[in-house]
Amino acid sequence: MATTGQTAMPKPPREVADPGRPQRSGRRKKTGRRSVVGWLFIAPFGVVFLAFLVAPLAYAFYLSLFSKGLATGTTFTGIGNYVRAFTDPDFLGGIWFVLRFSIVLIPLQMAVSLAAALVLDNLTTRLAKFSRLMIFMPYAIPAVIGALMWGFLYSPTFGPLEGIFSLFNAKAPFLLSQDNVFYGLLNVVTWQWAGYYMIIIYAALQGIDPSIYEAARIDGANARQVALRIKVPMVSSALVLILVFALIGTLQFFTEPQVLAPIANGTITPTFTPNIYAFNLAFSYAQFNYASAISFALGIVVFIVVYVFMFFTRKRGSVLR
Amino acid sequence: MSESVTPGVHVRQPPNRRHVMAHLFLVALVLYFLVPIWWLVVASTKDAHGLFSGTGGALWFDQNLNVIANLKELFTYNGGEYARWLGNSALYALSGGVGATVLAVTAGYGFAKHRFRGRNLLFALLLGSVMVPLTALVIPTFVLLSNLGLTDTIWAVILPSLLNPFGVYLMRVYTADAVPDELLDAARVDGAGEFRIFLQVAVPLLRPAIVTVLLLSIVATWNNYFLPLAMLSTSDKYPVTVGIGLWSQLASSNNSGGHSLWSLIIIGSLVSIIPLIIAFVSLQKYWQGGLSLGSID
Repeated sequence: MATTGQTAMPKPPREVADPGRPQRSGRRKKTGRRSVVGWLFIAPFGVVFLAFLVAPLAYAFYLSLFSKGLATGTTFTGIGNYVRAFTDPDFLGGIWFVLRFSIVLIPLQMAVSLAAALVLDNLTTRLAKFSRLMIFMPYAIPAVIGALMWGFLYSPTFGPLEGIFSLFNAKAPFLLSQDNVFYGLLNVVTWQWAGYYMIIIYAALQGIDPSIYEAARIDGANARQVALRIKVPMVSSALVLILVFALIGTLQFFTEPQVLAPIANGTITPTFTPNIYAFNLAFSYAQFNYASAISFALGIVVFIVVYVFMFFTRKRGSVLR
Repeated sequence: MSESVTPGVHVRQPPNRRHVMAHLFLVALVLYFLVPIWWLVVASTKDAHGLFSGTGGALWFDQNLNVIANLKELFTYNGGEYARWLGNSALYALSGGVGATVLAVTAGYGFAKHRFRGRNLLFALLLGSVMVPLTALVIPTFVLLSNLGLTDTIWAVILPSLLNPFGVYLMRVYTADAVPDELLDAARVDGAGEFRIFLQVAVPLLRPAIVTVLLLSIVATWNNYFLPLAMLSTSDKYPVTVGIGLWSQLASSNNSGGHSLWSLIIIGSLVSIIPLIIAFVSLQKYWQGGLSLGSID
């Protein structure tokens, strides 16, 4: 878009350089040569894009149309695997879990990261600078390690919970038990990602022209009003970006439950999330056709959910502006 | 500033009290975010006895510090496999990260500064692909690569890590702003070739964004678990994430001497997070600005 606008404008230096030259033919010639060059710049990424995104997607779809039986061998079954997936209680249960998890997790994460970013945006103290870095730190820690650390903290043998609760003569909850595992995982993921989202919101807040706050203050707005009526709407595109990231990430939930499964005493089952289910189908049962169908079906669900979400936020975003 | 508008003395008090509240809120947040790391630091100094029944409780040091012995055991256990995992992680993260960044910078520059047939369609495709769940691609990619005989090789981890559509998007947004068309045109008038213009005019202007994308790509590869877990089957090719995952599985099923492995997992986790923490702290001024790029649009 930017380029179109600029080429239409006359450019002083070039006109000085060759004033007699007819502009139109000159521009067309240049565009022709640069067109090939443009392709060359895209090409290396294009190859990787084709090989590791388009090809696997196409191949997954192809594989998902076949079924492998012990006696029958590989046979074409069309959408049979998808019919099976969308009636498979294990797959649907996993989808239901990640949807439920997203609905609780995302507002929680947003609230923590937005509150932290708004507070940090108002402060320039050394403590604030230090806090910003510390809150962000979990992003640099692999999800495997993050999950293990929390697993240790939850554990009755290694963790502090037992000791803390015994001070009040209470029994410590095990956050990976059947009833609590939802919250145990919620905490791990919030811890892992809230800092990253905070930095994105913070950077967007820093980009706002401060003269707007001045104007609002002169109009009699207090700090809360400035935060809610000016800052939040002005970083709404950053918020939408984060929401989409969080949504895509959570629906693909894999690493944390996979890592915590061995210490969770069986509450994290092999069908806990769709990705864990697909992984186990592929690598424990060698059902690659059905696993591909599950992967593809999960991709479809993610795409639909994100698309629906974008549709609603776009409408709401335009109202805010 | 506010005094000039709102008269009265008591107006000055709320901001002060708010600052105290704000700082308390921050301290609480920092404590929450640091507790697991603190626990890791403390626990990695304990021996097996201190870990299970130490004198200081779970969140404080035991009376005898065992950190040197723990480190020694970490790097010698099972033929020093931990050191190999660290090396693998570095290899995968650096080659995948640098490769993904080079591809993102060139493609982002192409999208931002060159007009060619099909550009808008390709860019729309790219934006759509940001929404494709990458882990959903892991199993199909595994089957694809196993047909080529490439699974359980380092290429099975490095090559898929080169794909970073979001990096391309970031570079495109940044390039459109940071590289003026007039500068490129001036270089063209001077007779510079397109690739020289890219390397000598555009790339220096893109440095902050390049560091950000590089850091993000390296983190993504270093922290990746699903991809190497699926692709690799021999443990000497594991990155440190999969390796520690394997140890924790062994430890919880009590396959290798019970609790001695737990202390290795703990100190192994600590050692594995140090490189990236150093990278983030030392490169602060680049990534803190760079991360806002995605939301400019």
